[in-house]
Amino acid sequence: MFDALSDRFDGIFSRLKSRGRLGDAEVDEVLREIRVALLEADVHLSVARGMVNRIRERCIGEDLSKSLSPAQQVIKIVHEELVETLGGETMKVTFASKPPTVVLMAGLQGAGKTTTAAKLARWFKQQGRNPMLVGADLQRPAAVEQLRTLARQVDVPVWSEPTDPVEVARTGMAEARRLGRDVVIVDTAGRLAIDAELMEQVREISDAVEPHYTFLVVDAMTGQDAVSVAESFHATLELDGVILTKLDGDARGGAALSVKEVVGRPIAFASTGEKLTDFEQFHPDRLAGRILGMGDMLTLIEKAEEAFEKDEAEAAAARLMEGTFTLEDFLEQMQQLKKMGPLQGIMGMLPGMPKEIRDAEIDDREIARVEAIIHSMTPAERINPDVIDGGRRNRIAVGSGTNPNQVAQLLKQFKEVQSLMKRMGGGLMPGRKKSKKGKKGKGGGRVTPKGGVQPRFDPEDPLGLSQLGDLQLPGAGPKLK
Amino acid sequence: MELIVLLIGIAVVVSVVVGFVVVRRTRGPELEPPPEQRGGRVGTVERPPVEAPPESGGTITEAPVEELSPVEELPPVVETPAAPPRLRDRLTRARSTLAGYVGSVLGRSAIDAETWDELEEALLLADVGVGPTMDVLDHLRARVRDEGITEPEALVTALKDELKARIGGHDRSLSRDVEAGRVPVWLFVGVNGVGKTTTIGKVAAREASEGRTVLLAAGDTFRAAAAEQLQTWAERSGADFVRGAEGGDPSSVIFDGVQRAASKGHGLVLADTAGRLHTKVNLMEELSKVRRIADREPGQVSEVLLVIDATTGQNGLTQAKQFAEAASVTGVVLTKLDGSAKGGIVVAIQTELGIPVKLVGLGETVNDLVAFDPDEFVDALFASS
Repeated sequence: MFDALSDRFDGIFSRLKSRGRLGDAEVDEVLREIRVALLEADVHLSVARGMVNRIRERCIGEDLSKSLSPAQQVIKIVHEELVETLGGETMKVTFASKPPTVVLMAGLQGAGKTTTAAKLARWFKQQGRNPMLVGADLQRPAAVEQLRTLARQVDVPVWSEPTDPVEVARTGMAEARRLGRDVVIVDTAGRLAIDAELMEQVREISDAVEPHYTFLVVDAMTGQDAVSVAESFHATLELDGVILTKLDGDARGGAALSVKEVVGRPIAFASTGEKLTDFEQFHPDRLAGRILGMGDMLTLIEKAEEAFEKDEAEAAAARLMEGTFTLEDFLEQMQQLKKMGPLQGIMGMLPGMPKEIRDAEIDDREIARVEAIIHSMTPAERINPDVIDGGRRNRIAVGSGTNPNQVAQLLKQFKEVQSLMKRMGGGLMPGRKKSKKGKKGKGGGRVTPKGGVQPRFDPEDPLGLSQLGDLQLPGAGPKLK
Repeated sequence: MELIVLLIGIAVVVSVVVGFVVVRRTRGPELEPPPEQRGGRVGTVERPPVEAPPESGGTITEAPVEELSPVEELPPVVETPAAPPRLRDRLTRARSTLAGYVGSVLGRSAIDAETWDELEEALLLADVGVGPTMDVLDHLRARVRDEGITEPEALVTALKDELKARIGGHDRSLSRDVEAGRVPVWLFVGVNGVGKTTTIGKVAAREASEGRTVLLAAGDTFRAAAAEQLQTWAERSGADFVRGAEGGDPSSVIFDGVQRAASKGHGLVLADTAGRLHTKVNLMEELSKVRRIADREPGQVSEVLLVIDATTGQNGLTQAKQFAEAASVTGVVLTKLDGSAKGGIVVAIQTELGIPVKLVGLGETVNDLVAFDPDEFVDALFASS
């Protein structure tokens, strides 16, 4: 979307050329595009409208910076506005002076409350606390059973009894005190915001446990309805924060923006996968990038720092720039990359990835296949792949359980990337002048966003590193559907 | 510096691997996984078949379940249930934002720019999406011009017609047409938390009330207690039930269910699957496999129903695309339409992908699953309270 947005901006601004200021006409046109982009990301109509108005004020009369194209400048403003709206900082969870600290989970059916409750319990445990879960969802068949199973996995006790939800919550509190647990997480049944009876029930539960934190669990895929849901729950429960679930999909998560704007409470946590470990505190700036389709560089960098060994990576990069990067180095890099998690996820975080690539089905078994091919080469072949002739290729194919075509394909791919990196090496090494994005030596065979040579702005990335995303896939382009 | 280095490393690996993969993918099927074999490790039938006509849900004494009072109101299975609620009746509670907008449109004396803005907002707020909304309104504008419509009332009628034309005219019956000697299988698929298991429970109750014996196969072996949840539904409707080990192979569980259904002479297998995000390639592949296996003799897949939550926004279209690709979806079940969400995304799903909505979920009791009726759907959206 960001690509598309930026392209559309470029079109609009190309007419602007000589003037030094954004005029009303251009701004109007640009704002229309922004509005569409926000709506397509599921930002609520009224929230989008408010935001567009704020952006308008900032755009009109803005001096055009020399270093940024007008399109980039607008994107920067939009990005800043998104971050601001989402809430600048990560929420800090404090603990009650008189334990236990009570957390109440509420939300629609299927938002992910039960799973999130268990994830939250695990998170508290990691903070050195002793949480207890209370299963007050007596509505959905086997919900308590689900909670118990998950709780066993994180080794946290569960309290529930087949009475009624308010009673369970009350006795759960007593049990927590008796056991000396210092955090109590109360899971409740999913309910519709317009169901007066059940909303009253959750209010009673809230009265019974007097939560320090009431979290609304919201599915990242929610559309326009997110606002009315958040409003109703907030009116009933006085929310303290929001937990955003299913962020591992490809929904842009505009609902988060709507909820934040309406409720005025921070998004505290984000759930990013099915595993109980896939849960983290929420970082507004990262979601802002996602809503704009700019990728999630910070998470990527964080993961990379965990996985990569700095010295080796630096040495490999240096060789890469000099053009002496070998398959051996490549194998090394690949193994470190594997530690960062599924390749698909990593690609999703890289900005500027063309949609076709982001959507390409990458199975991590493919990495294994690539590895197998390289492992089947002799050390000499890895250092100088040029020695690989037909016979050697067949041997490698047999050894790796692939076919000679695949071996050839890998080598071709490797070579292209190698020469590409070498060509642009000067641009990325510090101390030298930045090249214009290693400008696509061979235009034809490459997947680049439409008009992709335009440098795009990322406030976090003054060096334009994110443009690396534009470099990938020599040769692969035309074959994509 | 460090950052640069990391990124270069990533970029290079990603480039090579992705290039390798993408190119290879287009080269035909040499790397297709070998035909699956029956795992054989799962599939113990833990439940004895339910032989006797089931009692009503009231006998369920297991603790938490007791809470679910609606079940106790279940009519005995042989009785004809009360006429299912009509969409319009059920939607009164949520009497839509659309109603408000359209109301103010109707209050106007003429069609002006503001009228159009309001119609646009109404559609956007219903999650119809920017593209389809613009498209609908463009058509409407053309009609207004051609037919000389000047009355707001006629405009609203024309808008309804436009929408109905888009989502109307599909066969919405649920198929159980299979070759002689095979058991029809309905597969329920969708992302996490949309209501697949609950929908199966409702369908099972409905089938039972029409005198058919069905089998529920607990193909969600991933989520904790998903099988228990389905089992509760099976007990309520007196359906036969097959489950496997948690974390087991869903295909085998479903195949076991099919075999059992065939040997017991059940008329239909309702197969649950684990919720999965459409972005998870391996899980989507697993789903393709589940579908293939369920289609093996003695079973035959006659419906693949994609369950979509009415609150879903624009991502719903992507979901539908991916699931359609992986499992050849034949219909959509739109759940949770009794809330304040409008489910407008199904307009895009039907117009762009041609997948009709077949069932609508309007609440938590078994009677709250009704056939989708496009006219009622659109009328309900526009009904003024």
